[in-house]
Amino acid sequence: MGALPIIDHPDASREFVTNKARSHWHDEALWFVRSKRDKQAHSVPEWEYLREQASEVKTHTIANLDRYLVEFEKNATAMGATVHWASDAADHNRIVHQILKDHGTLRIVKSKSMLTEECGLNHYLEDNGIEVVDTDLGERIVQLRHETPSHIVLPAIHIKKEEVGETFHTHLGTDKGASDPQYLTEAARGHLRGKFLSGEIGITGVNFGIADTGGIVVCTNEGNADLGVSLPRVHIACMGIEKLLPRHQDLAIFTRLLARSATGQPITSYTSHFHGPRDANSELHIVLVDNGRSKLRESETFRHALHCIRCGACMNTCPVYRRSGGHSYRTTVPGPIGSVLSPARDSKAHKSLPYACSLCGSCTDVCPVKIPLHHQLLAWRKELVGQDRMPKSKTVPMKAASYLFQHPKLFALAGKAGRTALRWLPHFATHNRLNKWTIARELPLPPKESFRDWYRKNRG
Amino acid sequence: MSVALFVPCYVDQFYPDVAIATLELLERLGVDVVFPQGQTCCGQPMANTGCTEDARPVAKRNVAMFADYDAVVCPSGSCTSMVRNHYDQFFDSGDTAFQHVKSRTFELCEYLYDVLEVRKLDVRFPHRVSLHQSCHGLRELRLGPSSEVMTPRVDKMRSLLDMVADLEWSLPTRVDECCGFGGTFAVDEAELSASMGRDRIADHLSTGSEVIVSADMSCLMHMQGLIRREKNPTQVMHIAQVLVGRPIKELAKTE
Ligand code: SF4
Repeated sequence: MGALPIIDHPDASREFVTNKARSHWHDEALWFVRSKRDKQAHSVPEWEYLREQASEVKTHTIANLDRYLVEFEKNATAMGATVHWASDAADHNRIVHQILKDHGTLRIVKSKSMLTEECGLNHYLEDNGIEVVDTDLGERIVQLRHETPSHIVLPAIHIKKEEVGETFHTHLGTDKGASDPQYLTEAARGHLRGKFLSGEIGITGVNFGIADTGGIVVCTNEGNADLGVSLPRVHIACMGIEKLLPRHQDLAIFTRLLARSATGQPITSYTSHFHGPRDANSELHIVLVDNGRSKLRESETFRHALHCIRCGACMNTCPVYRRSGGHSYRTTVPGPIGSVLSPARDSKAHKSLPYACSLCGSCTDVCPVKIPLHHQLLAWRKELVGQDRMPKSKTVPMKAASYLFQHPKLFALAGKAGRTALRWLPHFATHNRLNKWTIARELPLPPKESFRDWYRKNRG
Repeated sequence: MSVALFVPCYVDQFYPDVAIATLELLERLGVDVVFPQGQTCCGQPMANTGCTEDARPVAKRNVAMFADYDAVVCPSGSCTSMVRNHYDQFFDSGDTAFQHVKSRTFELCEYLYDVLEVRKLDVRFPHRVSLHQSCHGLRELRLGPSSEVMTPRVDKMRSLLDMVADLEWSLPTRVDECCGFGGTFAVDEAELSASMGRDRIADHLSTGSEVIVSADMSCLMHMQGLIRREKNPTQVMHIAQVLVGRPIKELAKTE
């Protein structure tokens, strides 16, 4: 991949945010999911205990990752799976492509996997003449529209049902103007069924890899992962190395948290366990992908971000995400966790993301594995200023403020001058496009005296 | 027992009555409180922008300023959280002056509810009030239960306001959603910030609130700016003003 352009979140989000109707609709849709999550969390008395356990298991696993990876490889291999190691995205794509070449395969069915998105697998394979069919309904919709997912769990949450109707009319020949979800889902099902039957190799992501059994677990709501790998003889499972759990008995903590946090369901409709290939004629390939994860693990501050189980709860709760849409982040993983992970990959390209946050802390409180997300976003800001990545327009006023705050007399004087100016300056001088505060807001009405002046007179 | 009043910089300059109300409230409750004149700001604008080195000397000044008091009371969750949760990076953990200030700095509601153990107040406020929980007060100081976390907690702000006679509640549907202020975020991401604020205000007003009350004037400053732009009759008031019995003001005329 070449150098990425620098993304400016305020610019990238403008269209979505200023389209009030759309932004409002999106906000409500995600808030609905967040509310369902709250109900589910309330229904589990040990919710906070589970979060604590999950966080501890992850901390332990990440600390001993090398050991558990070796154990996982050993056990998976013993059951007949072939384990591959990929150091980066290119490596991952090459490995997958090689397996396809070995089997002379020209078409694959794929179930949702943020890892393959992260690696740009679809494009890579299509450039190499392979047909890729995403079988998750939301993924298929964005794929047909030549878009990318805007959310890691709800990839097409930004698209209205009328728009899905249009897309299906164009690509699947459904009735024009049809927007009934039932009808559209049926149409998609029929379309995908054909693809499943002709898929030669199935690719899935992995939600959890279990070191002590060498098994992998895939969670979906549509059963598409199961269909996608039951018919073909070959199953390729792509897994980030942080997806590991030490023991099979740790799994329940995470399956209980995952679906509840993600969509407010007690559990995903399908939680499929794979222990090696299904029979002597079949193959299971597990591709273990690093792609920057080991590097992140070295950072004491950001290592916790590897706990993420990709539930998407932090996105659903984030007031910025809900109003700006996932595409405004211009990353595979958007929202709070995306804004922590992306600068770790390329701090220059993604430097505006840690600032696309009001530091409300809701993400930290909602995260089932207790990643201190808003603290990490704040830590990124510090890191970015330290790396001299931030423009002078951001840092110079802070130097000035620092000087002022170290000199109370000057501060009082400047305050007085400012308040006087606000009182006497004409409205157009204080309310113009240069002052971003006043684009939508009035300035406070300046009082005649500050508190310190009042105090000196009345209590001094 | 000497208590210092710690007044956020923008409250000092733009909302002196919030500080006066805080002072009067504490005096009425028999607290011997002073305002150390040399104070300016907690350093949060710089620290939240990532300009740690610019925040450092300001934090140092602040600690030196307050080190001699038995307690420091601040009518802002966000500035209190700055001292309690974000000052560690500027001091050695063995720095006793810092440890003293860190453990003895209280947000106003905390101080009233936990330290003074105020359980009744002689004050009346005959209005429909909706409570705006500030994110820092809620999720960094735990002044109340946050909607995401299942741990039961006392809602200190609500408990205090419940002691006010004739106050009627009107609560927003999203009990603790962010108003979108976020410090420099308000200008950095001005459109997003304003859109968050507008939604927040609409939610507060949907149940007929006359006054939006918060323990953080910064959230209120942002919402007030939006309210006044739209020439809406709703008022915003700091909790100290309500607890001390300030009458509701006429909406100051917009130009
Ligand atoms: S950071 Fe936490 S809340 Fe966000 S997707 Fe990951 S696990 Fe879920």
